[in-house]
Amino acid sequence: MSVYILKRLLVAIPVLLILIVFTFVLMYAAPGSPFASERGVPPAVLANLQAQYGLDQPFHMQIWRYIVALVTEFDFGPSFIYRDQDVNSLIAQGFPVTLTYGFWSFLVAVIVGGALGILAAVRHNTWLDYLAVGISIGAQVLPNFVLAPILVLTFTLWLGWLPGGGWQGGQWQFVILPVIALSTSYMASIARIARASMLEVLTSNYIRTARAKGLSARRVILRHALKPALLPVISYLGPAFVGMITGSVVIDIYFSTGGIGQFFVASALNRDYGVMMGITILLGALTIFFNLLVDVLYAWIDPKIRY
Amino acid sequence: MFATKSVADDLAGSAPIKGRSLWADARARFFRNRAAVAGLIVLIAVAAFAVIGPFIAPWNNEDIDWNVLGNVAEGGRPSLETGHWFGTDALGRDLFARTVQGTQISLLVGIVGALISVIVGTLYGAVAGYFGGRIDNVMMRIVDVLMSIPYMFVLILLLVVFGRSLFMLFVGIGLISWLDMARIARGQTLTLKGKAYIEAARATGVRPFTIILRHIIPNLLGVVIVYATLLVPSMIIYESFISFLGLGVQEPLTSWGALINDGAAEMTNGTLWMLTWPLFFFVITLFGFFFVGDGLRDALDPKDR
Repeated sequence: MSVYILKRLLVAIPVLLILIVFTFVLMYAAPGSPFASERGVPPAVLANLQAQYGLDQPFHMQIWRYIVALVTEFDFGPSFIYRDQDVNSLIAQGFPVTLTYGFWSFLVAVIVGGALGILAAVRHNTWLDYLAVGISIGAQVLPNFVLAPILVLTFTLWLGWLPGGGWQGGQWQFVILPVIALSTSYMASIARIARASMLEVLTSNYIRTARAKGLSARRVILRHALKPALLPVISYLGPAFVGMITGSVVIDIYFSTGGIGQFFVASALNRDYGVMMGITILLGALTIFFNLLVDVLYAWIDPKIRY
Repeated sequence: MFATKSVADDLAGSAPIKGRSLWADARARFFRNRAAVAGLIVLIAVAAFAVIGPFIAPWNNEDIDWNVLGNVAEGGRPSLETGHWFGTDALGRDLFARTVQGTQISLLVGIVGALISVIVGTLYGAVAGYFGGRIDNVMMRIVDVLMSIPYMFVLILLLVVFGRSLFMLFVGIGLISWLDMARIARGQTLTLKGKAYIEAARATGVRPFTIILRHIIPNLLGVVIVYATLLVPSMIIYESFISFLGLGVQEPLTSWGALINDGAAEMTNGTLWMLTWPLFFFVITLFGFFFVGDGLRDALDPKDR
């Protein structure tokens, strides 16, 4: 097991390095200097500015310094637009927010989706099953950026129950709509996957044996069917995580929650390369780490996996 | 001997028996599926809307109706008299014409993305699966690596660095769309590889690339078509996502995502039609593609027979 984890780590580190180099090269190749907007700056001042940010160095020195600072002190470098802030302080500001609603969304998607899928399979061809299938088909065409306006329209403008945006330190009223908007389509996917795999498991021979030897329905499902049925759900957790990280951009923009996605889009519109690069690398690292975690979890649970 | 001859004569005289090909079977199965047929009809209607729309729209998508500007909530309502069948947007531009244009762009992105994925992904997967061994290992590891990157951020990065154009959007979407297809094609190739006709082709000295093109890829087509149909809506969702953030196609071009974003921004002013029309087309098209994809899967997937 530890060999397997080590092997996966050895793959993950080069991937991360490739991501860093790729984003850095992209930013380096980008046309225009970050200081292009300041017209009439004397050449001497410009040279000083460039020296301040290390932009006068040759390419290999720049990327080396960036990687070293990143690896040794988690320093993502300066922002080129907000002079008084560096990328780390922007991340420190936005990341807790993203983490809060992301955590709840993930939990809702996995627990509600998993339960719905399992229940639908156990009560196959009843109203509950049809409801679950209906929800999962409907949610396919409602990605977060479509669901968000619909939710605000319904719960804020018509019913007036919940605020349509803001964060206020994460009070529950402000968290509910972002969580629903972010989790629904993944909840539906998880429900669909769980239902399909549970249906398959329930028709297998060993479940028939378990029933034949007189076990109660509850025991058959909880003890024998649940674990193998949830395996495909686990392998979907990686893509779901990536999707939610990506979706957080929409949530931040639409609900003004002040998470990390807001800084990303703002920096994309301002061409603030330092911030874009920092956020891309941070989220990339998170994704790679999470995928690693899911793989290890999968290998640990599924006895059929050889490593 | 004579009896055989007379039977042969009989057979020659009667009408030739029509063989039922795999595709004819699949077609019959597809048309028995009511949801899939309904989805197909919806898709044809949406495509017709995108093609015919510009010719019947009374307004141009770029012209501003000065009569409604400043009073969009009242004057910009959908009505038959003003010719703004879907109303106008916040700037007084005709929403029907803009929805037509958004539909064109969104469908184009979806279809181009799916095409790239079909061509690149199928070839890549078939090559990896057919050659196997170390080549397969390296090729699929590359796919794994690319898949574990949050590509949406990289795509936005690309769009910002190289300018936001439709072409760049195609490149960016094309870069990532083929990954899943490559995996699927590889998996199918692995099962095809052991078939006797492939062995026969190899034994008669057909070159590997000819085998892939002539024998493997045609047999992958069923699965590839099913997956491509399901890929179009996800391409449309990607593009709409980026346009929703204001990072996608640029004015005066528009797409469903951009229109939904515009409509959502104006929601509090009581001009709901700006949101509902693009949303309506977005939703029915995605439904259409999902149902057609499901229908095709049922028709072409050999597992369920």
